[in-house]
Amino acid sequence: MSENNEVLDRVIIKFAGDSGDGMQLTGSEFTNTAALLGNDVSTFPDFPAEIRAPQGTVAGVSGFQLHFGSVNVYSAGDMCDTLVAMNAAALKVNLRNIKKGGLIIVNTEGFDPKNLRLAKIAEEDNPLTNGSLDNYQVIKIDVTKLTKAALEGSGLGVKEIDRSKNMFVLGYLYWMYNRSLDNTIKFLEEKFSKKKEILDANLKVLRAGYSYGDTTETSMRRYIVNPAPMPPGTYRNIMGNQAVAIGLIAAAEKSGLPLFYGSYPITPASDILHELSKHKNFGVRSFQAEDEIAAMASVVGASFGGHLATTASSGPGIALKTEAIGLGVMLELPMVIINVQRGGPSTGLPTKTEQADLLQALNGRNGEAPLPVLAACSPADAFDTTFEACRLALEFMTPVMMLSDGYIANGAEPWRFPSSDQLDVIKVNFQKEKNDGDKFLPYKRDERKSRPWAIPGTPYLEHRIGGIEKQHETGNISYDPENHEFMVHLRNDKIEGIADYIPEQKLDSGPEKGKLLVLGWGSTYGTIKTGCIRAREEGYEVAHAHLKYIKPFPRNLGELMYNYDQILIPEMNMGQLLMLIRAKYLIPAIGFNKIKGLPFGVNEIKNKIIELMK
Amino acid sequence: MSENLTVNTERPKMTSKDLVSDQEVRWCPGCGDYSILKQVQTVIPELGLNREDIVFISGIGCSSRFPYYMETYGMHSIHGRATAIASGLKAARPELSVWIITGDGDALAIGGNHFIHILRRNFNVTILLFNNQIYGLTKGQYSPTSEEGKITKSTPAGSIDHPFNPIALAMGAEGSFIARSMDRDPAHLKEMLRRANVHKGTSFLEIYQNCNIFNDGAFEIFTEKKTKKQETIFVENGKPLVFGANQEKGVKLDGFKPVIVDIVDSSNSVNDLWIHDEHDRVKAGILSRFFDNPALENHFPRPFGVFYTESRSCYEDELNKQIEYAVTKNGKGNLDKLLRGKQIWELA
Repeated sequence: MSENNEVLDRVIIKFAGDSGDGMQLTGSEFTNTAALLGNDVSTFPDFPAEIRAPQGTVAGVSGFQLHFGSVNVYSAGDMCDTLVAMNAAALKVNLRNIKKGGLIIVNTEGFDPKNLRLAKIAEEDNPLTNGSLDNYQVIKIDVTKLTKAALEGSGLGVKEIDRSKNMFVLGYLYWMYNRSLDNTIKFLEEKFSKKKEILDANLKVLRAGYSYGDTTETSMRRYIVNPAPMPPGTYRNIMGNQAVAIGLIAAAEKSGLPLFYGSYPITPASDILHELSKHKNFGVRSFQAEDEIAAMASVVGASFGGHLATTASSGPGIALKTEAIGLGVMLELPMVIINVQRGGPSTGLPTKTEQADLLQALNGRNGEAPLPVLAACSPADAFDTTFEACRLALEFMTPVMMLSDGYIANGAEPWRFPSSDQLDVIKVNFQKEKNDGDKFLPYKRDERKSRPWAIPGTPYLEHRIGGIEKQHETGNISYDPENHEFMVHLRNDKIEGIADYIPEQKLDSGPEKGKLLVLGWGSTYGTIKTGCIRAREEGYEVAHAHLKYIKPFPRNLGELMYNYDQILIPEMNMGQLLMLIRAKYLIPAIGFNKIKGLPFGVNEIKNKIIELMK
Repeated sequence: MSENLTVNTERPKMTSKDLVSDQEVRWCPGCGDYSILKQVQTVIPELGLNREDIVFISGIGCSSRFPYYMETYGMHSIHGRATAIASGLKAARPELSVWIITGDGDALAIGGNHFIHILRRNFNVTILLFNNQIYGLTKGQYSPTSEEGKITKSTPAGSIDHPFNPIALAMGAEGSFIARSMDRDPAHLKEMLRRANVHKGTSFLEIYQNCNIFNDGAFEIFTEKKTKKQETIFVENGKPLVFGANQEKGVKLDGFKPVIVDIVDSSNSVNDLWIHDEHDRVKAGILSRFFDNPALENHFPRPFGVFYTESRSCYEDELNKQIEYAVTKNGKGNLDKLLRGKQIWELA
């Protein structure tokens, strides 16, 4: 059948079904197999906030988008080439994101009268019969029936049988994209090592799906996506939240400190707590506090005790933590706060992505309370950025905020992971002796304006710290007006001075001078990068720079921007970085904003670039 | 614990004077806080602790200035959060002696949530709650322990809040050591401080403390010589509940119902009385309800002493055990293994 094989350089598949249909697992298994084959991959899950929203309804649709290619892919992509729709609701939600002429694989049983009714589609409007899908290639499979047939006589109940139908779809797609089943077989063997009958059922259905493609759809086209030109090395797949957790453990190991993680469960940050709780053999002390406030307070306590003290949350949780973060600023103790941003305000869109907490990170505390703010730009980059946030916190004795978001947290990509000896050592020197003759001055500064970290248990360095304004050097309570102004400046200068200890801003791509620079931050990285590449392919010489350090900005950021006639700042908010750039550098940067709980599409970015450069 | 944190200690034996910091004490003259500070500084040298291992953590309020006056490690934190900060510190550094200084507003209003949760988790810390039934630092509003009808700046027509009974609250929150003392009885206070610190687990000591500026005399009936004997009952483990000017009265249990009886002039003798058992949760619950308004007729005397204590595992010990178990089971964490994950692939 090789004559039916078409070679593609990249494919975007969306797996969509009811939240109980196992689409996340199907998607991530296909992803792992693609990565092992050497494809570049980028994924984005899109699931409802409800754990089990009413079955079959539009609210209950769970999706997993995968972009893989023989070329480098930098985002999960916009319009899909292939959609798997397990029911009518899944098709209804996702149809607008399928390329015209794209492939739609449907489970026909999911379009029965009951499912149509649940999806609020009139029976006469059944998309499988009313011609509305004429512009697409539709493959109709009664997955439910075929799964049942494959498991006839297995002795399994209706529920268990129904649960394995995602394996049929996965097997079928493996056939269609010429993938081996081996990786998934290995995965299932591990997952169900203690449930032989479930393992057998899943394997049977997986193979049945593959064979179904082989035997029944012989005229169907199959596709080949060859390995991508990735830098040589050893890779693994990594999700953003997982990268944060590993980054925290790595920073603890490289600083020689025990890791403390105090947090309260919140979407989409909870997976960091779950991941860290698995690694107690690294001495990780994960503490699930009674609320967000206590979580942050426990971090302050652990930091006072000399641990690498960390927490993560999302917007509303960060709002609750702000008072204790302010205390951290005043105490000048190291701690790392990760904000996995989601749609706001208030409860907002818990499972959707947004970048609207930037100003909160910078200014969301009472008083002048500066702290460094860093932003990760992709799942793998979340590791580096977390590690760097820990370094800055420890070396400068300050709370540091690291911004991630739902897109990074749940997205995955291949990661050419470092070995432990490639990671920098983070130097921590606890104060052991008095630093002013016979006295210990807890707020005496070093050349970085950082203060000594003298932890309880150290003889002769007993001292008191607190949230009240303190006298320079002694740390004693002081209401002196001159001292207060001095201290406010000192705390700010310390944070701004970090600019001397971070890398200068580099261009990600494009010419060093020119008409347009696209300046981004956070999870828009892959989309902006791809948008710029596409625009250049069409002859528009646009440049792209992406900020990791937002407080302080890299020293050369102004100079870099002055090399362009125009600066475009795409953000998933109403223009927060835009405001900062305009205010600080007095340049008329242009905002490009999307606030739909969804990432930008490559075409949206490309079209905006072209509109400005035409 | 990494080697980084290990510190060797050899210093002269601590005295009360060593615990006095160079900061001027700034409570109002006559404040009950002075007496508590003095007793804490007196008792600590007798507890066999290293000075560098002691940490005082407070929230906000008059009492929360306390750490500044102790020549130990200390943190004057934010309103209501001392218990949560101490939890983090204790989880990180179980070997430290952590003392929490709080007040009725700090612990029971803004910090109520953290207060109940530290009690159930049973971190090995000592909580001293200075209860003066008023907000002092903000200059005289009613607190969660102020009595109904209390006239204050924020309740000119009298408070309509029903007050907390802190002992009963601590019982309900699964406290493992629950006691009450008062600023005006130094000997008793000292003994309660000692017992609170010796107990392994979260020790909760409520201290009736007079605010002579905004709520002077709130506890007078319990603390002043004239009425103290009739209005209080000092409980001791294994001893009968006896009180009165001449120790002539006692409390008897009629089923679960406490009854005040005359033990001199009636058919009841001391042998019929309720014998205090500080390990008996049910009886401690009944005792905690001796919380009547002293103005009422036939009210019960207010108990002082240890209401209840139990031996229960501490959060930080269990956390350590889990870490040790994880190391035994999976071996000490290997960073390279973690970075590699379960599934890798090579690209040439």
